[in-house]
Amino acid sequence: MKLRVLTALALLATVTPVCAPAQVAGSQVSSGQANGTILIENATLLTITHGNIEHGSILIRDGKIAAVGTDVKAPEGATVIDAKGQYVMPGIIDCHSHIAVDGSVNEGSVSVSSMANIADVLNPDDISIYDDLAGGVTVANVLHGSANAIGGQTIVIKLRWGKQASDLPFQGALPGIKFALGENPKRSNFTPPPGVEPRYPATRLGVEETIREAFIQAREYKKQWEDYNRKKAAGEQNLMPPRRDEKLEPLVEVLEGKRYVHAHCYRADEILMLIRVANEFGFKIRTFQHVLEGYKIADEIAASGAGGSTFSDWWAYKMEAFDAIPYNAALMTERGVVVSVNSDDAEEARHLNQEAAKSIKYGGLSANDALKLITLNPAIQLGIDSRVGSIDVGKDADLAIFNRDPLSVYAVVQKTLIDGQVYFDRQRDIDGRPALEKEKQDLLAKEKKASEEKKADDKKEAKPEKKSDQKKKRPTTDQDSAAASAGGAQ
Amino acid sequence: MRKSTRRRYPGVQMIAVCLVLSLAFPLWSQPSTNAYVIKDAKIYTLAGPPIEKGVVVIRDGKITAVGANAAIPEDAQVIDAAGLEVYPGMFDPITQIGLNEVGAVGATVDTSELGDFNPELVVATAVNPASAHIPVTRANGITEVIAAPGIGGFDSQSSGIITGQASAFNLAGWTMEEMQISRSVAMVLNWPSIQTSSFDFSTFSIKEKPYADAKKEYDKSINELSDWITRARHYAQAKEKGSPELFVRDLKLESLVPVVQGKLPLLVVADDARDIRNAVDFCTKQNLKMILASGAESWKVKDLLKEKKIAVILGPTERLPEQEDTPYDKPMTQPAELNAAGIPFAFSSFGTSFSRRLPQYAGTAVGYGLSHDEALRAVMLNAAQIFGLADQLGTIEQGKLANLIVTTGDPLEMETEVRYLFIKGRLTSTDNKHKELYEQFRKRPAPAR
Repeated sequence: MKLRVLTALALLATVTPVCAPAQVAGSQVSSGQANGTILIENATLLTITHGNIEHGSILIRDGKIAAVGTDVKAPEGATVIDAKGQYVMPGIIDCHSHIAVDGSVNEGSVSVSSMANIADVLNPDDISIYDDLAGGVTVANVLHGSANAIGGQTIVIKLRWGKQASDLPFQGALPGIKFALGENPKRSNFTPPPGVEPRYPATRLGVEETIREAFIQAREYKKQWEDYNRKKAAGEQNLMPPRRDEKLEPLVEVLEGKRYVHAHCYRADEILMLIRVANEFGFKIRTFQHVLEGYKIADEIAASGAGGSTFSDWWAYKMEAFDAIPYNAALMTERGVVVSVNSDDAEEARHLNQEAAKSIKYGGLSANDALKLITLNPAIQLGIDSRVGSIDVGKDADLAIFNRDPLSVYAVVQKTLIDGQVYFDRQRDIDGRPALEKEKQDLLAKEKKASEEKKADDKKEAKPEKKSDQKKKRPTTDQDSAAASAGGAQ
Repeated sequence: MRKSTRRRYPGVQMIAVCLVLSLAFPLWSQPSTNAYVIKDAKIYTLAGPPIEKGVVVIRDGKITAVGANAAIPEDAQVIDAAGLEVYPGMFDPITQIGLNEVGAVGATVDTSELGDFNPELVVATAVNPASAHIPVTRANGITEVIAAPGIGGFDSQSSGIITGQASAFNLAGWTMEEMQISRSVAMVLNWPSIQTSSFDFSTFSIKEKPYADAKKEYDKSINELSDWITRARHYAQAKEKGSPELFVRDLKLESLVPVVQGKLPLLVVADDARDIRNAVDFCTKQNLKMILASGAESWKVKDLLKEKKIAVILGPTERLPEQEDTPYDKPMTQPAELNAAGIPFAFSSFGTSFSRRLPQYAGTAVGYGLSHDEALRAVMLNAAQIFGLADQLGTIEQGKLANLIVTTGDPLEMETEVRYLFIKGRLTSTDNKHKELYEQFRKRPAPAR
């Protein structure tokens, strides 16, 4: 039910910008606001770091937050957004996303696929970027799937809808790598198609060994390069550099602390396993993703320094999710883990504010701590908290404006800003719909006309054309002709 | 699996006792009375304006009195609900609760039978009253559900065409016999869509198919479907007029008889506007009573649904639009649109583990234009009306089944808690597997070194 059916119509429509309102918004705003000065005034500001400010204003200059408070005035020439009665919160940060990826998210052929990189397949036209932007999301940690014990390289993006792929990455954010434990890498819920051998590992024991083996190789590879560089520096001649290994390079970066590990996991035992393996090789796990049994070993996770990025209330869809509880985020928070609530899904990302609110009901988090789950905490987990995650002077002007308290089920996003630019505007989206519909109908009419003309032309040219046809039997009627062109040519 | 589940969850009795210590009377143990009074609460009866400060009297499973000044029987256990609100329990009309314990573990899933035409199958047969999903779901205020066969949700796959009969039941009871509201409330029909693309597991990719081929497959399915309906009609005639000794019983056709007689509605799952139109056409021509299920593109066929008086059991508002060029908020605004057009609808989760999100789905629709009153009806009353159960359920009125929730506030809002829960007139535990694990691990001491 979550799959969108791509019909010919939709395909046709994608030729022209499907969600033109956003692009219109982008272009309208970019001229006046991209590097300009904006004042959002009269709003309730949910700063996250220093409380809520009633009747507050935010001054944005050059894409950054320049001032926050109740007595901030609009400088001459500033664009003013009157947010009377509305709520402004930091842009939502989704610590586990698969949007904006062209094609499959799993390189499922091998158990260690660290050579594959999401950055190579970013798709700026994925409509999910716009969908999630409309849910107030401004930053997403885009990961591979969880088919492999060691998956591919990940990237943090800003949801700059309408821009090119090269404009999506969050500049300065450390890249990551996806690990996966449990049922998915051991492929226990998947039957290989006929003729395909099952893949190692098939147990949690094998998952551990797959990871350990990869890091033994990575450590050896790192040493080879260190030896080479040392000898080279010492002036040794006729040195042969080690052969570059694109699989091991990212793992060396992990060993050197230059790349974050985001580890998909469910059960307590496998989480502890990975902490042990990481200790063995001297690296850190940056986040445990899903971490649905994290509440069982919250102290151990906290002590390891890892963050936990979990679901609000998903459970029981597979065996390892059967002990998942909606109190997980609150309980881990209580025990000192930096916790975020993520989507893992283009749809779920549209209402992460509601998902965060569940931790108030389940586990008694304060409203501010609940909002942290989708703002400051994921920013900390991704190492970008000096840039985003709260409404503070000097941070990027990534903001979501809601018509009411975002922790209410009734709250609806009105505007989403990234770097001080309005990338989503609900009213503009609504206003742009009639023009879009007209454009679609015009295109359909044009397409219909073109296909009718083509049909007529084909009819006229049918006889002379078919002389060169390789078919032994020459088609004599329209129907035969269609059949021949559909199947016969191959 | 079942064994370990039992070991860990040794029965509802213990859970119940823990929970209601504050109440000082255990649930599930034999109550000293079968009469309860909820007093001083704001009562949303859904049968009229709310009663600001009123009393609900419950006896023998039924609501016996409601009002600002209803008399309090002497033998009743009294719940002082000052500051709390009372509503009819929520009704999730399409789920797989009881049929699906752990989505990925086939041994625990009984949602989809082999074969395309299985009208004789009845969900009530396999509902597991001890499912962990039942207490989890009711704790969020859902007091009764319909479980439907062969309908896909977040954690299950849809398969088959006529997949069997859906059953309505209360989310409390020791056996299905105790829980059951109606063994057969609808015959489920997964409308065969014209599918030009399908997922190919051998290559793990989406395979396209020419329209003509897809249409051919579709026509074949529709012919088969028509054939079943025709044969069921003949069967009904033969059964009525033929001599009993010559009559050979056919379970499948027998099950379809109430459908062709218009006594049992067809719950038709369709999303695309084209599929909905085709399904409505079919049911009109065959003179079958239709309820639309899922209905993602109902907004495109409002006039048709209105004209044919077809109600819709909506899939989650929290879903992506069907087409790339569908407005991003269409799934959220559609309920308001249908309501404005006068088309009856109810919200549903279509899930198992997601059933507890039912109030969230309704609340989201309110954010996007549906009136709050209508949203309440669409999770409490409308499904009962659509499935013909409103004589028993859906409002707080004398004579109805006492399925009620007592909440700390607006039942659609994120933070609201269900403080007390009545199912079939019994004060029922809101404790569940999740709360239990939370309490257990919250008490875990710092790890031993």
